[in-house]
Amino acid sequence: MAVDVSIRIAGQAGQGIQSISAIMGKIFTRHGYYVFINQDAESRIRGGHNFDQIRVKDQPVYAIDDQVHYLICLDGNAVDSDLPDLIENGIMIYDGEKSNFRSDNPQHFSIPLEQIAEQAGKKIMVNSVATGAAFALMGFELQPLLDHLKEEFAAKGDEIVENNQNCASSGYRYVKENFIGVSADQIPTGSFSRQKMLLNGSQAMAMGAVCCGLKFFSAYPMSPATPIMEFIASVANQYNIILEQAEDEIAAINMAIGAAFAGVRAMTATSGGGFSLMVEGLGLAGMTETPVVVVVAQRPGPATGLPTRTEQGDLQFVIHASHGEFPRAVLAPGHAEQAFYLMAKAFNLAESYQTPVIVLGDQHLNDSYYTLDQLDLDQTPIDRGDINLDHQISSVKDYKRYAWQETGVSPRILPGRSKAVLYADSDEHTEAGHITESAEIRTRMVRKRMRKLEGMRSQMASPKIFPSKKADIVLLGWGSIYGAMKEAVNILNHEGIAAQMIHFSELFPFSAVPFLTEIKKKAKIFAVESNFTGQLANFFTAEAGRPVFHKILKFDGRPFAPREIVMRVKEQI
Amino acid sequence: MVSTQDFESDDPIAWCPGCGNFSILKALKQAFVELGKEPYEIAIVSGIGQAPKTPHYLRCNAFNGLHGRTLPVATGIKLANHELTVLAEGGDGDGYAEGGNHFLHAMRRNIDITYLVHNNQVYGLTKGQTSPTSGLGFVSKTSPTGSTSPPLNPLLLAIASDCSFVARGFAGEVEHLTRLISAAIMHRGFAFIDILQPCVSFNRVNTFKWYAERIYPVDEDTNFDSSDTMTAFAKAQEWGDRIPIGIIYRKQRPTLDGQQSAIRGKSLIRQKLDPAGFSSIFEAFK
Repeated sequence: MAVDVSIRIAGQAGQGIQSISAIMGKIFTRHGYYVFINQDAESRIRGGHNFDQIRVKDQPVYAIDDQVHYLICLDGNAVDSDLPDLIENGIMIYDGEKSNFRSDNPQHFSIPLEQIAEQAGKKIMVNSVATGAAFALMGFELQPLLDHLKEEFAAKGDEIVENNQNCASSGYRYVKENFIGVSADQIPTGSFSRQKMLLNGSQAMAMGAVCCGLKFFSAYPMSPATPIMEFIASVANQYNIILEQAEDEIAAINMAIGAAFAGVRAMTATSGGGFSLMVEGLGLAGMTETPVVVVVAQRPGPATGLPTRTEQGDLQFVIHASHGEFPRAVLAPGHAEQAFYLMAKAFNLAESYQTPVIVLGDQHLNDSYYTLDQLDLDQTPIDRGDINLDHQISSVKDYKRYAWQETGVSPRILPGRSKAVLYADSDEHTEAGHITESAEIRTRMVRKRMRKLEGMRSQMASPKIFPSKKADIVLLGWGSIYGAMKEAVNILNHEGIAAQMIHFSELFPFSAVPFLTEIKKKAKIFAVESNFTGQLANFFTAEAGRPVFHKILKFDGRPFAPREIVMRVKEQI
Repeated sequence: MVSTQDFESDDPIAWCPGCGNFSILKALKQAFVELGKEPYEIAIVSGIGQAPKTPHYLRCNAFNGLHGRTLPVATGIKLANHELTVLAEGGDGDGYAEGGNHFLHAMRRNIDITYLVHNNQVYGLTKGQTSPTSGLGFVSKTSPTGSTSPPLNPLLLAIASDCSFVARGFAGEVEHLTRLISAAIMHRGFAFIDILQPCVSFNRVNTFKWYAERIYPVDEDTNFDSSDTMTAFAKAQEWGDRIPIGIIYRKQRPTLDGQQSAIRGKSLIRQKLDPAGFSSIFEAFK
């Protein structure tokens, strides 16, 4: 029987919601399933109302489900706010002793979570009691949970391990002895294997960067990009990476530019607000032809916006950011696995074309956890472009940093690695890098830099078109919308409405012509985007010459669920 | 043996005749020769203004970046290749206005670079507006009735930020300035020199003559102790009839680059990448 079960853990910040979802996600991943964990959190450390939703499937999964099969409430407020999302006959666990909620429905199951925790271990271990109880309800064995708790808390000592195990066992037992409802959505215990990985988009991006030779990282912490910095910090010592926390995003990008100029792979990461401060530096990288990679993990703006939520509001911004004209590339992974591989592509493009590359994520991609099959390092060969990395000090004496080349890309040497000296300049400059006012040289230099766009355009992968069969309905999207859109297309086709999707993960320089033949000439194109204006839709209309009249847009800070897209397509046909 | 000839650039100089920058350029060349540095071993990061044109008029590696952003770029270069002698150079607008925050944090980090600020107390490149170091009441096109805010005291700020080398030079004393620059480059840590640089076009108050009548070497008093914070604070506040030049404050403390375990004797740019070693990174996620 196919498994597709969603479990929501709801409560206040600080109650250990994320630790439950991480434990469950890891156990399911190790027992044959694919999970997708979405975090819905407020911008606070304690209190409020947060939830994590774990979707467990026997197939790869990249999106949330709007139907919740199990609801685990860690406080009274969660019952009121989250019960409406529970499917009919779905199961809710709540602590009747801590809530005024009363129900005759046997599916609404009151467990004295706090009392059990106090007796079996410690009061704060309510989350272990709830996890044990949930496992019992889902028909999953207890032992994998006990084993995992041991692994998870081993560093904190035997007493904490035992207390957590006792809490989980007691919760499990309480369900076995008292639950009288019906649990239809079971998750059978599959066999144990440590092949697959569970990681979020930020970890995938950071790992992708490390695995393709990142040597220097500078950033100012900003949600939802901070986990990238934290992951790199955690492995910096092992992989000889220098990480510097900058005083602001202006310094962050300028430090990365300095390190890249000196000759190492360098990057920074931020969200839209921080990127607003970086745009001056982005132009500096373009003008000085310095390869730098910038991750922009979007969140709803403008200004501070919704710091812990999601949006795709910065596509047009990053394509146009900074004054003047210069080449850049923009990549936007659709899920964690793509995030890993696209980081290598970002660095290869940056160094091959000696220009900045932006990788666009968003809170939904960066904070969500995905189960991944094996990652393949052979798929990420390092291409450092035309650069002299000779170990000996070369005897070259005459060198022009911006020597004229048809491709726009001048050979690089590194400062201090030859007897020659090099000049890089943010002013318009000669081939040698000195300031110039010459109209002729200015014209040549602009052409030289902009020529790189053509080179990069030829490197952009085609969008993912799925399924290949042409259809009347075409969904158009980019970035983290991938999973929800793909499922929506499947549902539409299943319901007899022929649909196709076009998903872009390599957006700029944009090339629309080659794939226009793969969709019907008269297809109705629906842009599906998490923003107000339909930024890809407008861009697509301008670049591909195919107007996009239908837009399915959402800007409430929450991610799309597949059925939500299906419903809104149906409203418009 | 290097000579000042080795540092000659063929880029034509675009400063006003008589500009204080000429003597700073000369002092820089002399300091490099004194230290036996080859042009390719030096990288100078400059910002925007008249002072930041300096590296173009020298033969050495140069990154002429953005207004106020010299120090982050210089920090990145030094961390990626600590074998380079790295300097940052800019004016008072570049360093004390646009780049003020970077200045504070570069001092805090104690990155091993030398920072030269050509302080002419006026905006020269943009034809004479008020600067953060212009005197109270300074009249310019942006403060026609006189500047209403007192000047920033860069030396006080630096000492308070525990900058490990704080000095003041004067463009009219080339030999003294050469010695200061040499000492700054030799210093392990962030070395800062505020250089009094008369602007012959736009500053009619703080002229060569005005300075020449006031400056004195801080170490003429043999009891002066540059390691004493309180003495340094007192010296940094002297202004008016007598203006001290020389090393005002100096101490040794760990540098940012010196504390990087990633360097391990070999600069980052010289480390070979080993993709085979990366697969262990996946284990923690399985």
